Amino acid sequence: MSETVVSEMETSAGGPAPGAEPTSAAAVSSLAGRKIRMESKRLNFHYGPKQALWDISLQIPEKTVTAFIGPSGCGKSTFLRCLNRMNDIIPDTRVEGDVLLDGNDIYGPGTDIVDLRRRVGMVFQKSNPFPKSIFENVAYGLKINGLASRGEMPERVEKALRRAALWDEVKDRLDASAMGLSGGQQQRLCIARAVAVEPEVLLMDEPCSALDPIATGKVEELIHELQREFTIVIVTHNMQQAARVSEFTAFFMLGRLVEHDRTEKLFTNPGQKITEDYITGRFG
Amino acid sequence: MNRTRRRKAFSGIVVFLCGAAVFLALIPLFFVFGYVIEKGFSSLSWDFFTRMPKPVGEPGGGMANAMVGTVYLIVIAGAFAVPVGVIAGVYLTEYGKKTFGSLVRFTADVLNGVPSIVIGIFAYGLAVLPVKHFSALAGGLALGFMMIPIITRTTEELLNLVPGTLREGALALGATRARAAFSVMVPAALPGIMTGVLVALARIAGETAPLLFTAFNNRYFSTSLVQPISSLPVQIYTYAVSPYEDWHRQAWAGALVLVGFVFVFSVLARVVTRRLERMHRA
Ligand SMILES: Nc1ncnc2c1ncn2[C@@H]1O[C@H](COP(=O)(O)OP(=O)(O)O)[C@@H](O)[C@H]1O
Ligand SMILES: [Mg+2]
Repeated sequence: MSETVVSEMETSAGGPAPGAEPTSAAAVSSLAGRKIRMESKRLNFHYGPKQALWDISLQIPEKTVTAFIGPSGCGKSTFLRCLNRMNDIIPDTRVEGDVLLDGNDIYGPGTDIVDLRRRVGMVFQKSNPFPKSIFENVAYGLKINGLASRGEMPERVEKALRRAALWDEVKDRLDASAMGLSGGQQQRLCIARAVAVEPEVLLMDEPCSALDPIATGKVEELIHELQREFTIVIVTHNMQQAARVSEFTAFFMLGRLVEHDRTEKLFTNPGQKITEDYITGRFG
Repeated sequence: MNRTRRRKAFSGIVVFLCGAAVFLALIPLFFVFGYVIEKGFSSLSWDFFTRMPKPVGEPGGGMANAMVGTVYLIVIAGAFAVPVGVIAGVYLTEYGKKTFGSLVRFTADVLNGVPSIVIGIFAYGLAVLPVKHFSALAGGLALGFMMIPIITRTTEELLNLVPGTLREGALALGATRARAAFSVMVPAALPGIMTGVLVALARIAGETAPLLFTAFNNRYFSTSLVQPISSLPVQIYTYAVSPYEDWHRQAWAGALVLVGFVFVFSVLARVVTRRLERMHRA
């Protein structure tokens, strides 16, 4: 039963989410007074002829965790990748609307995309360490951005690995290949690699989906620590995870933002019927 | 019951046919090896490796200059074909998804199929005619032109096997597209690219035709870029078509050494690949 509902919804992708109010209704009153680090305004996104995001306006407050939830295919990753212009490398894609980082439009003509991606880091669903040593992995971003001299490198690498709670496990084998680490360690290495360049925002696309519960626990703990220094956006299809790690949650459906609110509020007292249906497991 | 037996019999026949095909494929190889070793080994001597060719009619002498010449030509060829081929391969993977890319790909495949003598004529027109002088450079150029399409295509294929998530990882850290390609993608594909390079080297090491009117031949020891240079294939060819018994023997010995060269490249290709692959894994 629940499966049919989902497949119907997926086949009708592109239409408005049933029961969804216009996006503007999703604005979060509790954001008042918070400093906004990133913001999208009426964002539309197209893969060739296919529109994947519809009119998304969303604010991401700084130094806290915002979670994106929603059924698979609803556009969470697409939206996340709009925030660091990662979609630029996919041919035939088109963006309409604005994405602001500290008030500046990242799709504007003055944007240095290399600098943008340094400031908005990303951790991927499948850990993707480079086939290089652990040290070189963490040093990579520092090196290409010219952020540290050769002499400073060991110190910066250590700092990043400590922040990613990986230092004690790898300090004796920094020169070993990163490919020899366990899945959970590889993902934390990717986090270390991302935080090494001191980004302002850290985007994480289902960072735990390939990890066992223990490794997942470690990464969640890490996210909790990192939010003190970084603005974190995490995509997850695990609602318990969203509830555990985030302060704010945005619920997406069929390419639209249905609801965005304090996590606690969204999970205990959702404003939309469709949100309630989703979080109570009636579909998806 | 009966059916099972039929299937077993059928399977047996197929296995037998596979074995027979492998056997047939290997026979010529063993014959060639056996024949070259039998004919060539008896003529191998210390002198053969260290001495220059003797004048016509005088017995003895060796092919030292030709061996050095072959290595020299291979180095010249590799020195420009490897960078050009690898960079072209990177271009095809990273930017070559459009029409121009297909054109480059098609051209590379055609070039790969062009008879080596035609490549030789091209290099002759390019590097011999203008200066009216045979040279090692012209020979290396001809061999390099043969390597480029092989290296380009293997590089492209191997880069396509590297997970695209690595590229995204590098870009997400602020790498430019080119930086990501050369600092992450190429190193990740390096074992395969090395194999491609060594296969290309093995392929050109024994080429005679492109050298006949580019590097030509040289009775003397030479390491000059602008002078004609001797090479094993051309020397073997020259000796083999001569009327002298002693030169025939030396041609066989040269052939054995050449086969040895190619063999070494192939083994090297395997060893390097293994070693690099292991380094990447653990
Ligand atoms: N590279 C792509 N080309 C075309 N369509 C895509 C591409 N990536 C994703 N899509 C489509 O866009 C929609 C949103 O996908 P995605 O953002 O990956 O969803 P989610 O991360 O929420 O599972 C889906 O319908 C998906 O099929
Ligand atoms: Mg996704």
